[in-house]
Amino acid sequence: MTAVADAIPASTAVDARKAGRLLNMAIVAVLCAWVLLPIYLIAVNAMSAPADVTGWPKRAWPGFHFGSLSFFINYAGVARAMLNSVLVAALTMIFAIGLGAPAGYALARFRFPGKEPFRLLVLMTRAFPLPLLALPLAVLFIRTGLDDSIIGLALVHTVLALPFAVLITYALFMGIPRELEEAAWTLGCTRVQAFRKVVLPLALPGIAASGVFAFVTSWNEVFAAAVLTVQNRTLTAFLIQSLNISPLPLKFAGGAVLILPALIFLFAVRRYLFSLWGIANR
Amino acid sequence: MTNPRLLPYLLLLPATLFLAFFFIMPFVQVAWMGLSADGALSLDQFRTMASHWKFQPALVNTLLLALIVVPMQLALALGMASIVTGMGRGREVVLYIWTIPLGISDLAAGIVWLAILDQTGFLNSALYSLGLIPGQVNWLTYQSPWLLFAAVIVAEVWRATAIMLVILVAGMGLIPKEYYEAAEVFGAGAWQRFVKVTLPLLKPSIQTALILRTILAFEVFAVVIALAGTNLPVLMGETYTWQFAMQRRGVAAAYALVILGISIAFTVVFLLALRTREEQRA
Amino acid sequence: MAEISIDKVAKSFASFTALHGIDLFVADREFLVLLGASGCGKTTLLRLIAGLDFPTGGDIAIGGRRVNDLPPRLRGIAMVFQNYAIFPHLTVFENIAFGLRMKRLPKAEVETRVTRSASLMHIEQLLSRYSGQLSGGQRQRVAVARALAMEPDVLLMDEPLSNLDALLRLEMRAELKGVLQESRTTTVYVTHDQVEAMSLGDRIAVMDQGRIVQAATPIEVYRNPATRFVGGFIGSPPMNFLAARRHNGGWNVAGVELDGPSVDRSEIQFGIRPEDLAPAEEGLSGNVRVVEPLGAHKLVTMHVGDTLFRAIVDSDHTIQPGERLTLSPRPDRVRWFDPKTGASIN
Repeated sequence: MTAVADAIPASTAVDARKAGRLLNMAIVAVLCAWVLLPIYLIAVNAMSAPADVTGWPKRAWPGFHFGSLSFFINYAGVARAMLNSVLVAALTMIFAIGLGAPAGYALARFRFPGKEPFRLLVLMTRAFPLPLLALPLAVLFIRTGLDDSIIGLALVHTVLALPFAVLITYALFMGIPRELEEAAWTLGCTRVQAFRKVVLPLALPGIAASGVFAFVTSWNEVFAAAVLTVQNRTLTAFLIQSLNISPLPLKFAGGAVLILPALIFLFAVRRYLFSLWGIANR
Repeated sequence: MTNPRLLPYLLLLPATLFLAFFFIMPFVQVAWMGLSADGALSLDQFRTMASHWKFQPALVNTLLLALIVVPMQLALALGMASIVTGMGRGREVVLYIWTIPLGISDLAAGIVWLAILDQTGFLNSALYSLGLIPGQVNWLTYQSPWLLFAAVIVAEVWRATAIMLVILVAGMGLIPKEYYEAAEVFGAGAWQRFVKVTLPLLKPSIQTALILRTILAFEVFAVVIALAGTNLPVLMGETYTWQFAMQRRGVAAAYALVILGISIAFTVVFLLALRTREEQRA
Repeated sequence: MAEISIDKVAKSFASFTALHGIDLFVADREFLVLLGASGCGKTTLLRLIAGLDFPTGGDIAIGGRRVNDLPPRLRGIAMVFQNYAIFPHLTVFENIAFGLRMKRLPKAEVETRVTRSASLMHIEQLLSRYSGQLSGGQRQRVAVARALAMEPDVLLMDEPLSNLDALLRLEMRAELKGVLQESRTTTVYVTHDQVEAMSLGDRIAVMDQGRIVQAATPIEVYRNPATRFVGGFIGSPPMNFLAARRHNGGWNVAGVELDGPSVDRSEIQFGIRPEDLAPAEEGLSGNVRVVEPLGAHKLVTMHVGDTLFRAIVDSDHTIQPGERLTLSPRPDRVRWFDPKTGASIN
């Protein structure tokens, strides 16, 4: 019996554990740097004078010169493109929540035939490359006058965002016990009042988070935006269509502008987003 | 109170109608658009698509990219998920940092790596200041297609590993600690515990992660354009070109069907290869 | 007048029937307990009375008014839920005031009722807290206070004490009894705990598999169980049952001759409670397996024939495992049951 215990002296075991932990921490640090460094670098570029951006070799710190950014914002069509991106994303958020939250509530609260088929429909949307929808919808939009419109693109983006909105709100409402609504019913509330006074306050943070998720999904989307918008280009469409001809400072400033709002929004709702991502991808 | 039996259907109606109209119908239309010419069933679109010199490279590149990137990301994500699941303090922060790329548009990711890999970019600057290269090296030139390929791989691994990470972390969180403790008591070391406890129980999550990531991999578009312009043909890029630049919607639809086809094929493969038998479910 | 009339009420779900034609009348101001094991349908019945579910057959009337199609808020009821259902985003005060505000009562009235309810349940000092800051027992008090503040015609309670630990349950039971006796509201109380039922109810309705098996006062249910099921369910330790065979005009129970009912059967069931047996020279006898000294008395487990048999004897009685014990049943406490239907025979 003692042979085993003696085989690994206690001090070596402790050392091995400590080394293991240090290795772990080192790996974590490297991976964090791997993620953060490129973002830092684009920020450097965005905050340097255009001459520095095209110049060489690069310095690793920003010049805190806003020449690139102002060049970008004042470039023809950019300000408009940013506005369009915001509008499309805002509409997507409204549509996705407006359609998805009631569906999520119905799935969470009721038992009924048709529940499984609907869930299957929602899951199916994941198996398909959704941006390709822009192709046939382009034809439809031309016919209905929605071509090259904010609403048209928002509708396509809603298809992207809706499955998540449904799944997230479903998980959200499942987490709010039915008993709370029933208690409200016994205390004088109609279904709607109970929902408004009891469920909504508790679900609002989660719904807001999934709204932000829909917003960011739309803000980041490239393919459909590029296919469907010409005059009313969004930021992503603008950038990709001008990649050949645009000067480097424009590209980098554009990239930074694409990233920043998304990062800020996601940071604001980070508490919910992680569990929501996990749930939505199950 | 409205008839409670109708209520769930009323709540689901908007989302269902929306998906039927903006998801199911358009996909049927894509099939029609790709499989018809001048209003009649025909394979002309496919013929045009296949005979174009860029078709084969696009198909090969897309498949090859996916085949290389996805397994790399799976391994990386598994490692990252294991580390994060075992972390105590700092777990939230690390998880947030590692999932930042999820909020970044693929276009922005492409631009970010452009800033690093461009001739005047940060990689060259760093290598130069370390004395490793005499001057600017053009990593992103059409003359070195393998380097272009490698650049896209790096950018994709950076951008999209978080997608799998989130799913795997959620899945790992569901594995009760007791299983690991039991395995340890019965003599399994860390690696053995990973192979014999974590991996088998993680199969459903791995399946989901693989399916989602592979479908997204076949959609690769903006990253390629940002880093390689038109020098690295991929399926989605060709779809965009035929639709937007060449205004040949039918051919674009044919491409779309090819992407759809390989997506479904791989989904089915993953569903079959990684299915857990009913009796073995937790 | 807030009597509840339940007439042939049935409830089926897709694949199974939860309630088979229930007939029950709860008098005004009566405290009725619905007692049964899990799955017997007691909570389903309570929810039908509340209006949280609708019957698939039969009628429910409260205060003489048919309420089948009415939503909960129009039935004059208030309910205490098993998991309390305290709204997490509101303070205790606002929770208790919730229903009153829905009724649009004037501020002063709301204030009065809330403070009165709160002091009744001894939670005046918690009024500005949130449910997350309360213990289970405190939340339970808030739930009761919230229901009482409504001054309802009918009070419904769904196993309100079952999530409390044993000691707290004992305290709360006594407290609830005091509070509810004062309020004198018609109350329907659901529980699976027969001690609670015996302690709190004016009448107990014992339920099994979707039917009411017996509805009577606690002592009646205890002394005169209507079926073998009731006899075995109520009482701790439960009633003993032995086979009885007809013998010479009387009945042979494990070798002992007893007088019993004159029915046309060759075999019936004999039932006697452990506390209605006394050590004697002659009677039911068997080998003692286990003796548990419980302080107030001794619980003896023995075998009569090959049936497990329990008896309660005095603490000072000396009996050891392995010894033989003979017990004589109190004649007026003996009960007889039909072996097939389980119904009691008189």
